[in-house]
Amino acid sequence: MFVAPHIEWAALVPVMIVLGAAVLGVLVEAFVPRTSRRLVQVVLAALALAGALVAVVWRWTVVQTSGPSALVAGALREDAPALLMQALLLVLALLALLVIADRARSEDAFTPTAAAIPGSEYEDQARRAGLAQTEVFPLTLFAVTGMLVFPAAADLLTMFIALEVLSLPLYLLAGLARRRRLVSQEASLKYFLLGAFSSAFFLMGLALLYGYAGSVHLDDIATAVPLVAGMDGLLLAGSALLIIGLLFKVGAVPFHAWTPDVYQGAPTPITGFMAACTKVAAFAALLRFVYVVTPGLSWDLGPMLWVVAILTMVVGTVLAIVQTDMKRTLAYSSVAHAGFLLLAVIALDSRGISSMVVYLLAYGLATIGAFGLVSLVRTKDAAGNLLGEAGHLSEWAGLGRRSPVLAVCFALFLLSFAGIPLTAGFTGKFAVFSAAVAGGAWPLVVVAVLASAAAAFFYVRIIVLMFFTEPATAEDGSETTVVRSEGLTAVAVVVCAVGTILVGVVPNAVIALSDQASKFLL
Amino acid sequence: MSILNYLVLSGILFSIGAVAVIVRRNAIVAFMGVELMLNAANLTLVTFARMHGDLTGQVIAFFVMVVAAAEVVIGLAIIVSIFRTRGSASLDDASLLKS
Repeated sequence: MFVAPHIEWAALVPVMIVLGAAVLGVLVEAFVPRTSRRLVQVVLAALALAGALVAVVWRWTVVQTSGPSALVAGALREDAPALLMQALLLVLALLALLVIADRARSEDAFTPTAAAIPGSEYEDQARRAGLAQTEVFPLTLFAVTGMLVFPAAADLLTMFIALEVLSLPLYLLAGLARRRRLVSQEASLKYFLLGAFSSAFFLMGLALLYGYAGSVHLDDIATAVPLVAGMDGLLLAGSALLIIGLLFKVGAVPFHAWTPDVYQGAPTPITGFMAACTKVAAFAALLRFVYVVTPGLSWDLGPMLWVVAILTMVVGTVLAIVQTDMKRTLAYSSVAHAGFLLLAVIALDSRGISSMVVYLLAYGLATIGAFGLVSLVRTKDAAGNLLGEAGHLSEWAGLGRRSPVLAVCFALFLLSFAGIPLTAGFTGKFAVFSAAVAGGAWPLVVVAVLASAAAAFFYVRIIVLMFFTEPATAEDGSETTVVRSEGLTAVAVVVCAVGTILVGVVPNAVIALSDQASKFLL
Repeated sequence: MSILNYLVLSGILFSIGAVAVIVRRNAIVAFMGVELMLNAANLTLVTFARMHGDLTGQVIAFFVMVVAAAEVVIGLAIIVSIFRTRGSASLDDASLLKS
């Protein structure tokens, strides 16, 4: 018999604000004249994200006084980890939105019209007419909606729907780059095929776990684990497939094949958004699943997660060292970071949850800041025409002398990636590693420390390249130049840089806040 | 008929789909492989719903169909735009991005 669920609308306010603004954004596309459409979309998206952030803070105070609760017939959980992850997502999404909305030299990073064949007359006309693909903003908001639901999802069906809602807009966004559109479309195709492939694994895992427990609620599955006998195969296969589906999303080796291609091909502001926010959402969901359902299975699933974590750290670091493209280097570095974050998942310790929040904050700030800066460094040919982003590492040589502020900020983000003390990255790494030690995973921590040391090599190499290497003169007379941002990217980068330093120098406030999120509501 | 037969069938379908995604070089065929995997999961869900005697599995199958339809829309949009650019939907041709 069907019983209508009681829906706690107040607790859903953050999600509803973002979803409502996304739907409104689609209507804006239809009804607002083209000249003012862009401004309306940017303001709408920024207000929605800021409003949702305020709503999350409000829900946080409610949860502090009246305790965590189950929502919508147990489909969602409103507890401290979920709210912290949502707040983190909204902060990062807001910063990413600034980079997405920026128009350096009055051109944004997106194709004037995605329907045009690259290099065609039609595309040229669209560019000259000043068209803009403002659907980018509602698509971003739809993705954020899925991301907000993902950490709070307490049944596998909600998790699956949230996964799709966050992924589908990203597949499209990856294919909208203004320059090098063939590469961008290819990135979109690869992301789509591998993303859909991983969703199928997630879904099969869901089906097997449903067969095992007779329910898709995480708490029901968790209670079934010690009770149901004789179907361990279903439970293990289901959990493994589901975790594989999530590991695809976080880009862990051996499921990372899409990461470098998509990060390189996608428009750079989208790469920053995707790298930071998708990772937060996917790790939050992975953490909830592993901490709620599989503690009783750590002997069976542990070896698989250990192998994946070690492979991710080692392969990510080694391949990052040999890259020659800036975005590809950052992509492999993000693979390595996924490996470090897996330590907090494997720890199965109450500190794992709070340490992951700190690490994701540090990683997210540095990622959005770094990709924001990458979007400003361009190649200029002998005649002075801008050609596109300076992808090759050698083009970054000597940048420290021409644009010291940009180079110093970029160096700061790289140092944070490397986990040098007094940056946020160190705070995050320290928190995650000590949680892993507390959880008894010290051999992994040894590997992680060695991988961090090796990773520091290529981060420092880029810094040396920027400050102490003479820029090479290209044969065709092209040179690297830094375009002035409209201001929005500059604001985002400054906020990221200040945040990176603050979390590194005075981490107590962040750590105290994240320590309140030490337990998932079953 | 035993429930197990349905599960074996869905396992076979899932494997065929996964192999198609990995082996076939045409984007459309690879995408059909993904759809086959989703439908194999649907068959599993409906089988288990029958086994447990509740409706959850069948309801989830409906959700999956809707999601699969949305995925087709996005996927075909991407594949068609690539086809119009290159005149081919081969995944081997889409190899500009290599380290």
